[in-house]
Amino acid sequence: MSKVEFNKETGPREVFCGLTSIVWLHRRMPDAFFLVVGSRTCAHLIQSAAGVMIFAEPRFGTAILEEKDLAGLADAHEELDRVVNDLIARRPEIKTLFLVGSCPSEVIKLDLATVAEKLNKRFIGQVRFVNYSGSGIETTFTQGEDGALKALIPLMESSNEEKLLLVGTLANNVEDRFRKIFRNLGISNIESFPPRESTELPKIGKNTKVLLAQPYLSDTVRDLKHRGCEIISAPFPLGIEGSTKWFLAAAKAFNISELKVHEIISPLINRSKLALESHKKILKGKRLFLLPESQLEISLARFLHNECEMDLIEVGTPYLNKDLMKEEINLLPDNTKIVEGQHVEKQLDRVRDSNPDLVVCGMGLANPLEAEGISTKWSIEMVFSPIHGIDQAADLAGLFSKPLRRNQILTSKTLVTH
Amino acid sequence: MELTLWTYEGPPHVGAMRIASSMKDIHYVLHAPQGDTYADLLFTMIERRGQRPPVTYTTFQARDLGGDTAELVKKNIKEAVDRFRPKTLLVGESCTAELIQDQPGALAKGMGFDMPIVNLELPAYSKKENWGASETFYQLTRTLLKEKVSSSEKINPLRWKELGRRPKVNILGPSLLGFRCRDDVIEIQRILSEQGVDTNVVAPLGASPEDIERLIDAEVNICLYQEIAEASCEWLRRNFGMEYTNTIPIGIKNTIEFINEVHNKLGLPLTNKEELEHKSKLPWYSKSVDSNYLTGKRVFIFGDGTHAIAAAKIAKEELGFEVVGLGTYSREMARQVRATAKDLNLEALITNNYLEVEDAMKKAAPELVLGTQMERHSAKRLGIPCSVISTPMHVQDVPARYSPQMGWEGANVIFDDWVHPLMMGLEEHLIDMFKHDFEFVDGHQSHLGHTATNTNDFLNSEGKKEKNSKEGIIWTESGKAELTKVPFFVRGKVKTNTEKYAILRGIPEISDETLYDAKAYFS
Repeated sequence: MSKVEFNKETGPREVFCGLTSIVWLHRRMPDAFFLVVGSRTCAHLIQSAAGVMIFAEPRFGTAILEEKDLAGLADAHEELDRVVNDLIARRPEIKTLFLVGSCPSEVIKLDLATVAEKLNKRFIGQVRFVNYSGSGIETTFTQGEDGALKALIPLMESSNEEKLLLVGTLANNVEDRFRKIFRNLGISNIESFPPRESTELPKIGKNTKVLLAQPYLSDTVRDLKHRGCEIISAPFPLGIEGSTKWFLAAAKAFNISELKVHEIISPLINRSKLALESHKKILKGKRLFLLPESQLEISLARFLHNECEMDLIEVGTPYLNKDLMKEEINLLPDNTKIVEGQHVEKQLDRVRDSNPDLVVCGMGLANPLEAEGISTKWSIEMVFSPIHGIDQAADLAGLFSKPLRRNQILTSKTLVTH
Repeated sequence: MELTLWTYEGPPHVGAMRIASSMKDIHYVLHAPQGDTYADLLFTMIERRGQRPPVTYTTFQARDLGGDTAELVKKNIKEAVDRFRPKTLLVGESCTAELIQDQPGALAKGMGFDMPIVNLELPAYSKKENWGASETFYQLTRTLLKEKVSSSEKINPLRWKELGRRPKVNILGPSLLGFRCRDDVIEIQRILSEQGVDTNVVAPLGASPEDIERLIDAEVNICLYQEIAEASCEWLRRNFGMEYTNTIPIGIKNTIEFINEVHNKLGLPLTNKEELEHKSKLPWYSKSVDSNYLTGKRVFIFGDGTHAIAAAKIAKEELGFEVVGLGTYSREMARQVRATAKDLNLEALITNNYLEVEDAMKKAAPELVLGTQMERHSAKRLGIPCSVISTPMHVQDVPARYSPQMGWEGANVIFDDWVHPLMMGLEEHLIDMFKHDFEFVDGHQSHLGHTATNTNDFLNSEGKKEKNSKEGIIWTESGKAELTKVPFFVRGKVKTNTEKYAILRGIPEISDETLYDAKAYFS
């Protein structure tokens, strides 16, 4: 392991809670509905984070707790029952309904597991009910997906068939690319989790080889292990280096030679390196500060340093699973400063003191930092854009070079005259 | 428990944030879990604010709940005070903290600070954003001025005469995330100044706690947005005898009435009454012949109380539209909106459910929708032009240019903003008219896109006499042909009405004559 500096920080945070992950999960599984049991704050959070007004009727909603629901839990359970009945009557196409716990529902100890169990019996053969918590008191941003996937594992049947299981939501086009490459490598049985249809859950067992596409799935990984799955240890498929090692690790697990992997992916690498050049010119030598939010920060830092030659000032992460991130941490340059957790005020002091060229942060902080003359990149874009894989490396770099390029254009001293 | 897919208003603590962020030298410590910081992006993204909202979130976690969350609150309060040195501190809770009952306001008051502390108790499970903003502004005003209540005499609105200066007023209610507040304030200050009236304080937008303390230096309060300021204005009236205005100066008639009201309250003679009619281009633009086609345009209005009521008046009296629907999500203003609707022979729609609004919109078959960002989306789906007149809003509703809703310039802006989408609507009509001409190239598309109506698909459907409507009624070729001649924006309504009529009369086949019979029957 490289000599990386680990720090922990506590204090006020500026991060999304796990409910936010509904924004991409509901798009991944169009036959599912996500029903948050929470407050008006929860409803307002999701709509504000996602800008969801474009939908006639979105596939997520909030059962908003009212005063009378707080008075007696029995009534609250009955009320939730009523809301679910109405919802299913209105949206008969729903196949899986996620009951999502929130801060208030956790604090009043609303037992969503029991509610889900009862509903499962009543709607057997029609709708499946699953529950998990996306509450801010327990989860940060992408951890919501971890909770949702973990909740689905008990529904997955067992099978000893050998297969490659890609775990973590990917953009559909990226997933298609990955499947094609794996097929070319000679791995034919490939499944994804979460699947595109919530009812088509992959079967798992001791010959299931899990390859993580996202770094924020600690609980899911643990439960998959319990079901006998083998977890392939690899860095994450961000950038050329990460993706290459990711493919190599998968190939090794299937006894496919390294040579074969290089044969298949070399043309992609060459093409991608070429595409990366123009971004690298802008990013090289620029100083980067990553604030914690998505848990993608460590992989992004590795890519932006190793392949784009940026200098790392500080790499924030809301939560660090050293075991899961081992391969990534090994690839980081010596003396990288990783900070787990956050004290947003102290961290912003460090941002200002270190005079970065680019800060990766949440949307609440971006404009205030821009107003101070610091270029920023919104972290939420990383979870909405197709950034994984060799083919996407230049696009990923582009997310970071664009604000710098824009800054250059706008602060340029010479005006072009005609 | 209420199933909500989307909400017009946020929770009440977001209202409190609107007040805190609008002001200077104030800090708000919010007892809240992580995630509630999402609210910051409303200010930094929608309003493009270059400063973070002055809010510290205590960020308690599940593991803190077993221990001492009260200590966590105190630690955060102390750090926030040390770092930001606010002149007034707001302390409150979001929905989750309300359940654990740490009473952060009381804790803060016990910490020995010498600045005023406002303890905000905003019930998150029964109230919403605008109520929270109003309550916060009221509690702040009360806290900062209560010591002066007993020592003060009632304020005589005519005292400026004895003091030998121009009369002074406060402009109360404008806040961040309000609709065009930034520009309304400029416009109203300009109008007042022309009338010989000075502005003492604008609050909460841009005000400091010291400014709140000198509210009583003015003679009269201008209550610019009732949703935010009425509670404070009422308290100032009861305790200091300060009169406040009730007229919202949106539209020409209301602006003139507002000026009259200010003059009356201050005992200031109005000398330039004639001039006022000519301050805005709206009256002439509306009178000019080009505007003839605006007559009787069917308009559907939904928004906050203040803007919906004003829009109804302008639409009917100043632009000659027909208001075919009126509603609000502001329950606090439901009574007034109902009264306005009644005058228009309508029943007001009071709801927080956007799908109900969309249904009402569909049924009313308007030619123009005036609403919030959500109605803009609904109208787009239905293929109806729309102009946004109220929050909740989008980043595009905070324009770079000067763009008030109030006063003379506000009336100009309203004329343009409401009429331009209709011009486009007319263009749509022309395209529809000429689409059978051979010069017409397929692919000419309206900016409204393909969402228009299902009626067009129905008309294009082949087949002579099969049951071609869902009620099992048969449309004959002559009936279909007649329906194509009906302007596109009422076609859906005509189709529904004709079918309704056919069912009522037991007519199995709809011919061109049936359309006319139905038209006569429903008119």
